Amino acid sequence: MPDIEYGAAFPKTSAYDQRIVFRHRLSTRLWHWTNAVVFFVMLMSGLMIFNAHPRLYWGQYGANPDPAWLEIGSDGQHGFLRIGELTIDTTGVLGLWSDASGLHARAFPSWATIPSWYDLALSRHWHLTFAWLFAGGILLYGVWSVLNGHLRRDLAPRPAELKPGHLLADIKAHATLSFPRGEAARNYNTLQKLAYLAVLGVLLPVMILAGLAMSPAMDAAWPWLLDLFGGRQSARSIHFIAAFLLVLFVVVHLTMVVLAGPVNEIRSMITGRYRLPKETP
Amino acid sequence: MPRSLLTRRRLLSSLALGGASLLAGCDRLSQSPSFQEILGEWLNYKAQRVLVGSALAREYTAAEMSPDFRTNGNTRPRSDDWNRLAASNFADWRLMVDGLVEAPQSFSLAELRNMPSRTQITRHDCVEGWSAIGQWTGVPLAAVLDRVRLSPNARFIVLHCADDFSGTPYYESIDLVDAFHPQTILAYGMNGDVLPIGHGAPLRLRVERQLGYKHAKFIMRVEAVESLAGIGGGRGGFWEDAGSYYWYAGV
Repeated sequence: MPDIEYGAAFPKTSAYDQRIVFRHRLSTRLWHWTNAVVFFVMLMSGLMIFNAHPRLYWGQYGANPDPAWLEIGSDGQHGFLRIGELTIDTTGVLGLWSDASGLHARAFPSWATIPSWYDLALSRHWHLTFAWLFAGGILLYGVWSVLNGHLRRDLAPRPAELKPGHLLADIKAHATLSFPRGEAARNYNTLQKLAYLAVLGVLLPVMILAGLAMSPAMDAAWPWLLDLFGGRQSARSIHFIAAFLLVLFVVVHLTMVVLAGPVNEIRSMITGRYRLPKETP
Repeated sequence: MPRSLLTRRRLLSSLALGGASLLAGCDRLSQSPSFQEILGEWLNYKAQRVLVGSALAREYTAAEMSPDFRTNGNTRPRSDDWNRLAASNFADWRLMVDGLVEAPQSFSLAELRNMPSRTQITRHDCVEGWSAIGQWTGVPLAAVLDRVRLSPNARFIVLHCADDFSGTPYYESIDLVDAFHPQTILAYGMNGDVLPIGHGAPLRLRVERQLGYKHAKFIMRVEAVESLAGIGGGRGGFWEDAGSYYWYAGV
């Protein structure tokens, strides 16, 4: 970083009394945008792969004759999503839907999958190729974040932040959509830190390991994968649930970006420079 | 603040527009053969060969077996030759083992049964996502290949099958690492009985560390080759030729 220190105040450049600070390191920004692409490609190619067998099971085995805990299907008239005993009519979105090429009895609709038509082989190409991009990215980012102090300085909550009073205040601030201003906006807030750590430390590792557990060759190499998840079909279910949770995270993340000021937020993730919101008088 | 609302609306609509055109781009890329080549399986193959080595696939207990092992793919070849053989309980069926071998030879079912045998309860993972656990009994492919003595230039083992899809015969191929793996067997028995027709009678491949479509059924001939180029569509298997499925199906 040549002329500006991390977190150092930037000279006033605008008429507003707002300071521009350096907020995101290059490694964070590169990883963020790599993931922005990788997430959508892996999610949508994953939904196509799911379309090949839209049923989920628990245990070592699971196929059509076995009971599925989740199923997306169609009876010819209606599309449905069944979770356990609960069946939801999802005609038009899941199971039975139509697009420009007509009516389809398929789990996820064409607008949600890569490729948009039914092609298991191609979706596997996309999914398993971008998995390498993802693996390379998370490895570099992980190592770099430990070495450059990103993990310790920006992501790890300070003891004071974990006190119930502070957590409660942060939850209240989120619920009332009152975002930090001035100096307080320089750092991630506590819920934000916890959300990022949960994704980095729990969700993504679970996602990766459950994905590997679906590979028959990896199961031979690392049989503990099967024991960790309780079988390949359980791993497949957990992979799907983790994907759903990641979608939730991304939805919340994007909502927060829009609510907190999309231009400032997106610029900070591109250039690293972030304009501290004015203190409320 | 009207100014920022406008920005947000514009941002959201351009995001939606951008998303749609990105998707169209993905579809166009998907149709490009060179892109499919780039998205090749080379890295998966190399990485798994290093990580997996000669490790064995998990073997299960009888209690862990699927109560009902579904069939998949072709459940009965249409060819007259195979149906004639099936009519006499495969008494006249012979497995031809040839290609790049020093002593080409054919084997009757009885001869294969008299060779060393291996029984294993393993999990069958379909590329579609489902799994079934069953018990397989057969002769290790390595034992058969040792009988015919591979030539030094043999690099792949091709399994030629009696079934077809719309007239295109099914076949599969594996490398020598998998061909000589102890769990790679030519199975003639399943779940303590003879191999049912739906599961590939009289003989099917079990190559336990790969996905289901590699486990060729209704095998008629085993051929050792140096290159897969001259066989079928040249990509090493029916589904590899037909739908650009990975030849190496460890993942």
